[in-house]
Amino acid sequence: MSKKRPAAEYQKTFAFHFFRWLSGVKDPYLDEVEMHPQKEFQMDPEAVLRHEKEHDAILDKVYDPQRNMEMKLFRKLYHATSIIFCLFLIALLLVTISWLPATGTIDRPANNEVAKRYIEKGLEETGAVNIVAGMILDYRAFDTLGESHVLFTATITVLILLRLNKTEKDEAEISDRRFEPKNDAILQLVATFLVPIIIIFGIYIILNGHLGPGGGFSGGAVIGAGLVLYLNAFGFKKTERFFTEKTYKWVCFFSLSFYCLAKSYSFYTGANQLHSVIPKGTPGAILSSGLILPLNIAVGLVVACTIYAFYAMFRKGGF
Amino acid sequence: MGPNLLANYGEAVSAILFCIGFTNLLLQTNLIKKIIGLNIMDSAIYLFLAEKGYIAGRVAPIVVNGVTSTEAYINPIPSGLVLTGIVVSVSVTALMLSLTIRLYTRYHTLDLDEISTQLKKEGR
Amino acid sequence: MTAFQIILMGLLIICAVSVSFSKNLLNAILIYMSFSLVMSMLWICLESPDLAITEAAVGAGITSVLFFVTLKKIRAIESTEPEKKEEPKDE
Repeated sequence: MSKKRPAAEYQKTFAFHFFRWLSGVKDPYLDEVEMHPQKEFQMDPEAVLRHEKEHDAILDKVYDPQRNMEMKLFRKLYHATSIIFCLFLIALLLVTISWLPATGTIDRPANNEVAKRYIEKGLEETGAVNIVAGMILDYRAFDTLGESHVLFTATITVLILLRLNKTEKDEAEISDRRFEPKNDAILQLVATFLVPIIIIFGIYIILNGHLGPGGGFSGGAVIGAGLVLYLNAFGFKKTERFFTEKTYKWVCFFSLSFYCLAKSYSFYTGANQLHSVIPKGTPGAILSSGLILPLNIAVGLVVACTIYAFYAMFRKGGF
Repeated sequence: MGPNLLANYGEAVSAILFCIGFTNLLLQTNLIKKIIGLNIMDSAIYLFLAEKGYIAGRVAPIVVNGVTSTEAYINPIPSGLVLTGIVVSVSVTALMLSLTIRLYTRYHTLDLDEISTQLKKEGR
Repeated sequence: MTAFQIILMGLLIICAVSVSFSKNLLNAILIYMSFSLVMSMLWICLESPDLAITEAAVGAGITSVLFFVTLKKIRAIESTEPEKKEEPKDE
């Protein structure tokens, strides 16, 4: 058994110093050895500038497509590969097409019982003379609702991407005034005659969607084109009297929610084998075919407002 | 090669148009031309679908004089599908053009190569 | 009718190829507009008048207008920024 040492004696032993150095409490060289005086590292501002300049020059050289051999080689390889790939794709598609059944014949897999059912029962079940309109707005109305929402979502995304803040908006308006036709007399005269005709033609296409070729999408696009012509001829001051952001919001809200409610009703009655209270009318009359006419009007309103909103947002980043 | 290449000339044209659009998408460096190439690809697909529904000697699916026999009209399903597709392609085009405008305000060029070199220079 | 369809399809291919090779962006957009018009005529031949109306209104009208207004916006941005390094390659 070792005897216990007093603390003062222990502090003089080698073991005490060794363990203190090991645990890092005290550095034995500190204050014992003469050290070189250390000074703070000063950066030479000119050298820093020179270094940055050299760095930029190197970057310019590296990323210059004319000088960078690697990039040049990559572009050449990319061109060659993509041309070979496209030729391969064209050959593959043509060989596949040569084995498909011939166009214009009847016995093809596309002409199955679904198309037969649409043609034979379409007039009776939907009341629409135009079978395509009856198909997209009655049998497959869910698809068309999704399509209207795609349009609405695209408008919102474009609005997010192109919206400007207050000062930028003023600048954009100034530059827009500089580039737009300044009270062009010929354009205004032509627009005075053409815009009502174009808009009436669009309304005709929408209202006759179930009787002939046309429908909500094409009629809405025609009305939107008429509005764009009016905007180009007379400027934003005139159109803001009847079309602002609020108009767009409410028109889209009411059209889409009307669409949802109407189709919910017809889905509910259809799924539960109930009799729908909406009359089909006589085929061929303008007030016929149940819900197709109001749905066409709703889709047409959404499309017309969307087209106008796209144009206005592209021109000055807002309505 | 199969037997029906000449009878299927419409589908063959749509395949060629698809490949032209795809080549545009791969090789053009200008963003707006890339978007036009994508639109050409869209049109090629629509043409293919419409050719699938076409039957020679029949008329458009609009009921005339109450005749509702299958022998009178072409297949209405591809028309409905393509009608949806055209409108969706317009909204896609508008979205891509607005992204192009954002890129131009940031990098002041429409050339995709220059945009990518500027991105690399910034170290991203 | 078949000959007319073949002529229209040839026009389609010519339009698509000349879009790829045109140097001027404005020309490319105009050629794409004519591409859409030829397409709408082809749809009349394929007995789909719904598609013809929609393509003529949407493809030839609205899409081209959006392309034009994008070009105009780009010109406007270019002229409001005085410190510019290089000319854009759209002319």
